Amino acid sequence: MIKSTADIFSDFKGTEDDLIPVLQKVQENFGYLSQKSMMDVGRFLRIPTSKVWATATFYTQFRLKPIGEKHIMLCRGTACHVKGAPRILDEIELKLGITEGETSSDGKYSLESVACIGACGLAPCILINEDVKGRLTPKLVNKLFEDKERRDQDVE
Amino acid sequence: MIHEKRVLLKNLGKINPASIDDYEKAGGYKAIRKALDMNHLLVIDEMMNSSLRGRGGAGFSTGLKNKFTSESCLRCEQKYLICNADEGEPGTFKDRIIMENDPHLLIEGMLIAAYAIGASKAFVYLRGEYYRSIDMVTLAIKTAREKGYIGSKIFGSDFSVDIEIRLGAGSYLCGEELTLLESMEGKRGYPRIKPPFPAEKGLFGYPTLVNNVETLATIPVIIAEGSEWYSKLGIPESPGTKIFTISGDVANPGFFEVEMGTTLRDIVYGLAGGIKDGKRLKAMLLGGAAGTFVDETVLDTPMAYDSLKEKGAVLGSGAIMVLDETRSILCMTQSILEFFKHECCGKCVPCRVGTDRLVRMIKDINRGNENRFTLEEMVDEAGYIAKTSLCPLGQSPIMPLASLQRYFNDQF
Repeated sequence: MIKSTADIFSDFKGTEDDLIPVLQKVQENFGYLSQKSMMDVGRFLRIPTSKVWATATFYTQFRLKPIGEKHIMLCRGTACHVKGAPRILDEIELKLGITEGETSSDGKYSLESVACIGACGLAPCILINEDVKGRLTPKLVNKLFEDKERRDQDVE
Repeated sequence: MIHEKRVLLKNLGKINPASIDDYEKAGGYKAIRKALDMNHLLVIDEMMNSSLRGRGGAGFSTGLKNKFTSESCLRCEQKYLICNADEGEPGTFKDRIIMENDPHLLIEGMLIAAYAIGASKAFVYLRGEYYRSIDMVTLAIKTAREKGYIGSKIFGSDFSVDIEIRLGAGSYLCGEELTLLESMEGKRGYPRIKPPFPAEKGLFGYPTLVNNVETLATIPVIIAEGSEWYSKLGIPESPGTKIFTISGDVANPGFFEVEMGTTLRDIVYGLAGGIKDGKRLKAMLLGGAAGTFVDETVLDTPMAYDSLKEKGAVLGSGAIMVLDETRSILCMTQSILEFFKHECCGKCVPCRVGTDRLVRMIKDINRGNENRFTLEEMVDEAGYIAKTSLCPLGQSPIMPLASLQRYFNDQF
């Protein structure tokens, strides 16, 4: 259930060091950080919105735009790179018709690359929402996103 | 045949990590009771005597770090302990293994360290993408608090401490202790100038001890078994055990806890099953992106801080990435340099411009242009960045590049 920003704030004491945890909660709740929510956060913590903005834009976790239902995070750690992460990225991009950093027009998928996710034994791997999918091959990627294709065909 | 020596991971697979009772049945929360009966100075002495060196990668003496924080600013009403669980060095997943399989061991280590330095507040700064670790540590804190192991006057002593979890927001740099502090204060993850070190002025200006997960998880073992027992493990220059994480072209990638001083050959060929598909070994990258490349001549060197240093290599966080003969060193180098460029925060100009320049240089080399840049020029550039940047990120690109010059000059 979506809470209001005021509800979220009630769990915090409201000091400046709460900024990142507050932003994390806001994003968890709304899926992204809207301009308005960042202004609310600034007012709550009594810091300028510019400062909220500065922190929000520094960390890769924070998004200023809404995100797809399935959030795909491709690991670009060194082990995954060795094991063919670039090929996996190509395959996913081809399959979903979006490039890294984009969300598909139907709002189903978002694709991002992240720093090493510590599943190097399973390289190359991706995270779909919170699930790790490891030991990927282009073929497996194809299978993973098969539904997407089928659905598109149905529409046609 | 080489075997693992499981000291930190002794409970792995034997207890339910979600159950505090299981942990206690296996002898858990005894070390903290023992520590609380000792003077806190004696606890620090035990850490000093064990010669434990920080397992995050830098290898600084844990006992000294505790001592400095404990002695710093005696009039301060507040001191902090922070567990650095922002594991992000490529190829490293040892902290994750501890947190997911034995979270109470970490909690117990934190309680002992907090007591030793006199911190009443402790944080676990955990990587935001480590979902399972977050769940396990959150649960462990909750159950330990319910039992009264975290809170006021724990185990009937006069010592009180609270532990809180903070999640990283996706920045490689925040794994560095000073940047981590900036991030904890709600700021952009820019490095701080040191000195002052966290032991003098850390979180919110108070003395702060920042220790890695593996380091903290070792402390209960040292207190329970005694520093003498612990320091007999491994080799004299680097005592104890270490969790190594192996990835890349080996038959059994994964994690292995062995005594310090075990050779690379024993780890790569003995434990990890050797190179996959009968291929030949080309290179190993030790310590992740901020690590060093070595070739097969280092296979019989003991894995320990100083003996690797003599070979121009580092132990780092214990990551070992294995490359077989089909892999391109140049391609790997490009991937590593792109990683640094991406993670550079942009505060120090030489690092901001330099990491970008290094990527252009390696791309130029990879294209095989005539009059292309040379490895020597790259090492030069990286050396300049290292001298003029504030934090370890700027000081990192020189590590792999200098090791390439030593071991793989012929590839360029």
